[in-house]
Amino acid sequence: MAVINDLRLLKNSAWLGWQMEANWTDPFLFATYSIVKPIAGTLILVFMYLVITGGETANDFFSYMYVGNALYMFVAEVLFGVTWVIHDDREHYMTLKHVYMAPMNFYIYIFGRSAIKIAITSFGVLVTLVFGVLALGVGINLGAVDWLLLAPSLVVGLLCICILGLAMGGVSFLTAKHSIGINEGLAGVFYVMSGVVFPITILPSWAQTISMFLPVTYWMEVVRRAVVPEAMDGLAASSGYDVTGMGGMSDLTLMALLLVSAGVFFIMSIGVFRVADNIARKKGKVDWTTAY
Amino acid sequence: MSEGPLKSNLRAIRGRAYPRLIGSTREPSWFFFDVVLPLFTIAGYAYVYRFLEADAEFIGYVVLGGAMTAFWLNILWSMASQLYWEKEIGNLSLYLMAPTSRMAILAGMAVGGLVETTIQAAATVVVGVIAFDVIFSLGSPVTLIIVFAVTMIALYGMGMMFASLYLLLGREAYHLSSLMMEPIYFATGFYFPVRCLGFWAAAGASIIPVTLGLDAMRQLIFPAGADDAFLSVNTEIAVLCVLCVVFMVLARYALRYMEYLGKTTGRLTLRWQ
Repeated sequence: MAVINDLRLLKNSAWLGWQMEANWTDPFLFATYSIVKPIAGTLILVFMYLVITGGETANDFFSYMYVGNALYMFVAEVLFGVTWVIHDDREHYMTLKHVYMAPMNFYIYIFGRSAIKIAITSFGVLVTLVFGVLALGVGINLGAVDWLLLAPSLVVGLLCICILGLAMGGVSFLTAKHSIGINEGLAGVFYVMSGVVFPITILPSWAQTISMFLPVTYWMEVVRRAVVPEAMDGLAASSGYDVTGMGGMSDLTLMALLLVSAGVFFIMSIGVFRVADNIARKKGKVDWTTAY
Repeated sequence: MSEGPLKSNLRAIRGRAYPRLIGSTREPSWFFFDVVLPLFTIAGYAYVYRFLEADAEFIGYVVLGGAMTAFWLNILWSMASQLYWEKEIGNLSLYLMAPTSRMAILAGMAVGGLVETTIQAAATVVVGVIAFDVIFSLGSPVTLIIVFAVTMIALYGMGMMFASLYLLLGREAYHLSSLMMEPIYFATGFYFPVRCLGFWAAAGASIIPVTLGLDAMRQLIFPAGADDAFLSVNTEIAVLCVLCVVFMVLARYALRYMEYLGKTTGRLTLRWQ
């Protein structure tokens, strides 16, 4: 019975999330909106690359960078989506206290609301990758994609990001109107430390050490190996050294490291959320508004 | 004894700026969230240029552009969205009842936001310069101050105009702000010289004051900035001055229109539409 209730909650909160995300406009405008944002974000990086290289995109590093940037949308948008649910319910609609009082599992409500963000982001990632292949020559060969590696790594990675978002949502309980900054900032940490658009070997050694503790680092490497295996091999061969810093690891080892690091972050994130939630309740911040 | 309109409006500006300024000091965590964390994104772009072995000034462009994004975000989320937000939390009707100019209230928001954001942007530049060994070569500080001032006046004028328009949009306002992040970062050349977009695209993007302001600042701060410039500094200052006037006038008309439309359609106090 409890499982049925939870599933119903998940469905209803996902439906609510969809209505809040999408019913402000007509489907065509919403689809345009969902495409323009990720494409523009990608074009920033593409133009930075073009300005320096003079227009050469058909090479392995460009594919490496482009695919990493596309996948990063999951990190940025899903983190934002989860944390924003708490901010929006608390400060905008002022319904968070009612959600707290309702006889339901708060975590499932949050993930239901965020599920739609994952769906919309998946659409954006797909559009970006298709745009890259068709317009910029990104080296994705559907026949070479390792689906068996891609599917589980996507599931583990997205779950991990959702949980991190929950932790940040907890932190946003205790801070004034910083929800956007928290998300963008933490996403920025992963952007730099996890080698999203450049190999981590260019970072200082202390930063590389931190990188090796982050699940997103392994996630990026695994998914890239699955999506653009030829580009990854080509990049390693053309560099003449272990340019990604993980060249010596097998796919299985990377998956194991992804699982372990994601597990550690899972426990830490739940802990952060619970502590923050407890403090917020004690200090009366659950229905705080700070929009000065 | 009643006070004159000038004094009343100045008090309104001070009154609306006050919570933003004092809010920053009461919530010092903003420094970590708004200054330290955004540096990582800037660092990401800087490392891309470093990996591509780009010239050093490109990293400087990223640091300066990254600092300027703070102003754009402030315009979107704390100016343009603000009247809509005030309506949502029930303050808008109080503003409209107050015996003062609506422009003064918006100007107060702008002043408060500008001070807070300038500190944030300055901190970003300082940390970015230290972290990435960016070398600034400031030949004409007076011109730089003029460029910054006219850019900010035009930008916040645009924010004041948007504030009225957003109020009419209702829930679309949030999505519009969200939509105007990455596409505007791209179009205005926050992280690369806007000239690379081609003349007409850069000219179109110049409607957003940051485009020309940033291009002029890069020319004034970096020795090689002139090589990547879109227009000359003087031309950019002239265009920015025109934008200042245009946006301020449009903001005034948009406010009046918004208030009239809101009253006639009964939407001024309608929440969560």
